[in-house]
Amino acid sequence: MLDKALCGSKKYYGLILVLLALIGVGVLTYGYQLKEGLGVTGMSRDVSWGFYIAQLTFLVGVAASAVMLVIPYYLHNFKEFGKITILGEFVAIAAVTMCLLFVLADLGQPQRMFNLILHPTLNSVLFWDMIVLNGYLFLNLIVGWVTLGSERRGTPPPGWVKPLIYLSIPWAVSIHTVTAFLYSGLPGRGFWLTAVMAPRFLASAFAAGPALLILLALIVRKNTKFDPGTKAIQALAKIVTYSIIAFVFLFFCELFTVFYSQIPEHMDHFKYLYFGYDGHGAYVPFMWLSLIFAGISIVLLVNPKTRQNESILVAACIMVFISTWIDKGMGMISGGFVPNPLHEVQEYIPTAPELMITVGIYAIGALILTVLWKVAVSVREEELA
Amino acid sequence: MYDKGKVVPGLIIFLALVLSPIIYNGMSESAGVVPELTYPAGETRCVESKQYMRENHMQLLFDWRETVVREGNRTYVAEDGKEYNMSLSGACLSCHTKKEEFCDRCHTYLKVKPYCWDCHIIPPQLPKENV
Amino acid sequence: MSMDRRKFLKVAGVGALGLAGLPASRLLAAGNPRFKAPADGLQGERWAMVVDLTVGAHDDAAISACHKIHNVPEHANPRHEVKWIWNTDYKHAFPGLATEHMPVQYREEHSALVLCNHCENPPCVRVCPTQATFKRADGIVLMDFHRCIGCRFCMAACPYGARSFNWVDPRSAANLDEPGETMLTFPTRSKGVVEKCNFCAERLARGLEPACVENSSNGRMLFGDLGDPGSDVSRIIKSKYTIRRKQHLGTEPSVFYIV
Repeated sequence: MLDKALCGSKKYYGLILVLLALIGVGVLTYGYQLKEGLGVTGMSRDVSWGFYIAQLTFLVGVAASAVMLVIPYYLHNFKEFGKITILGEFVAIAAVTMCLLFVLADLGQPQRMFNLILHPTLNSVLFWDMIVLNGYLFLNLIVGWVTLGSERRGTPPPGWVKPLIYLSIPWAVSIHTVTAFLYSGLPGRGFWLTAVMAPRFLASAFAAGPALLILLALIVRKNTKFDPGTKAIQALAKIVTYSIIAFVFLFFCELFTVFYSQIPEHMDHFKYLYFGYDGHGAYVPFMWLSLIFAGISIVLLVNPKTRQNESILVAACIMVFISTWIDKGMGMISGGFVPNPLHEVQEYIPTAPELMITVGIYAIGALILTVLWKVAVSVREEELA
Repeated sequence: MYDKGKVVPGLIIFLALVLSPIIYNGMSESAGVVPELTYPAGETRCVESKQYMRENHMQLLFDWRETVVREGNRTYVAEDGKEYNMSLSGACLSCHTKKEEFCDRCHTYLKVKPYCWDCHIIPPQLPKENV
Repeated sequence: MSMDRRKFLKVAGVGALGLAGLPASRLLAAGNPRFKAPADGLQGERWAMVVDLTVGAHDDAAISACHKIHNVPEHANPRHEVKWIWNTDYKHAFPGLATEHMPVQYREEHSALVLCNHCENPPCVRVCPTQATFKRADGIVLMDFHRCIGCRFCMAACPYGARSFNWVDPRSAANLDEPGETMLTFPTRSKGVVEKCNFCAERLARGLEPACVENSSNGRMLFGDLGDPGSDVSRIIKSKYTIRRKQHLGTEPSVFYIV
């Protein structure tokens, strides 16, 4: 079926070329980072994780959102999702691949990555993160490819796929629970040492992922003969609505616990992010933008009239995506590390090489997504013909 | 054979491309030259016999580093009962003082790049000290 | 036997995966009688340190001794700083303990030497995915620089900020340009690995005290075996009031401070 990705319109080839160019720049910059060391990034002794791990954290949520299509369709027979479950699974593949690439980009000695397999350490959450991320990738690859192939041949999928599909549901929850556990078990980091870390990950995942799916589905409807269906898109929109509400609610829960208890060690990180600390406040405008976008998008999504208006829905989805990205892909890491365990401040600003490598990896994910969606859409277009 | 006129030249070109590194090396000056090593003066035997070291020095060094770093054992009892301090810069290089004339000769010939020297320090000519 | 190409590839693929799953850790080193502990090394059950903060003045000699014999790089860029032991003031060493009601010498004069606490219950060891950071039987939390993949999870886990990462090649630092004789005491590290105080394990193996203790002025620092009730550290901890950094976190640090 991959041959379907080789033929397409001029716009399709143009997109592939642009992505390949971005990937090239990213790869070359990564070569520079390999040679000079991670010092070319903005990370420091105090903020030892930065943009790469932040993107991993964000994308792990986007990857898990495929389960928001699988549960209604396979567990509850919600037929409207029948046509787009495969698209969700392909988003998951692209997102998890990017997660793994971001981890690789962040390693100081990437050539030693097989030490993770040679010396398995069951008490390390990072070991389990590797297991669940790779497992989820293989699950979605197998399930997605087999179901799409069977559909194309007009036969029902083989029986052994069903248990794998059911397995992917708890597995999807596990990938961002385990990633949240990377943070929420560290005794010295007050910003992350909260039980709602994993639930917050889930909430922002189920907001950002379906929002992205809606945007991509609308792009596909505009540019190909495949129409995911208004009912499916509206169902997804409702999922985004409830998830973004849960996300903001959990945020307020955190604010209450931190500020009503008045424990300085926990308050300081929130103060740094939203008001600045000790004269450092680079993140303040972004964090407030995230909150404002979340608020506006809730208003737009809760009201059925605005939710059903597709142009407004697009705006709301973009705001949801940006809001959750700022929260996870920017604020969470810096907030955890600043101030440091000695209450000193060293601010983290990503550097140009760091951003170029990030863009390169996003381009790889976009390329995988483009190729896989092209295959899926072409198969659907074949059926329609 | 169908398309013999295209397949046979194609095969020849393919073989030429794939074997080109071997052909290139074979035509260079150092082809067939076995590297000559300079052994430390006054010593007849390394920690173990020459044959053993030739085949196993990589594994020996690997085992040494695992036990020194992770278990704190620093003394090695050789086959002949003699005891040595397990240290790359301190013990090995205190005898093999000219790394370029010994270690590097084979490594360069085989294009092996051990990364030990990224961290371990090559001592200048110092008397034998157990460091 | 009939088998089509697809089935063969499937079986071969699963077989290869199965083989790759064997953890190939070398068990040769463990328990091998050919490897012995150094004869003149110091043995201990639980190494600990006592730092006396009442003695006052800053102790730069201890810091330079440590950084010199361990070839700790001095980078110009503060983001890339590598430090194993350093001076800081009371409110930074013990955040949450300092108040404006304290005697002036705690607020202004006394400084605290801070370093890795070699905890009994170390979070860094708990999180390391390759056991590159591990706790030895004598209580020292050590780094295996050969195994570290540079993921920096240990740096996130340490509640004391005791760890440094080699963001760039340490040999690019100005102080490590010229190889001097002291460089032979300890290898440099390479870029991409985490490092921290190692309680001078390589000196203990030669029967020597940690360099910071040996070079500290006014007898500020003491090192000994907590497992030996007759040792200096054991006796001082039993007789004087000592605190440890962030004690409430349950990490059980091995560095005690007399305040």
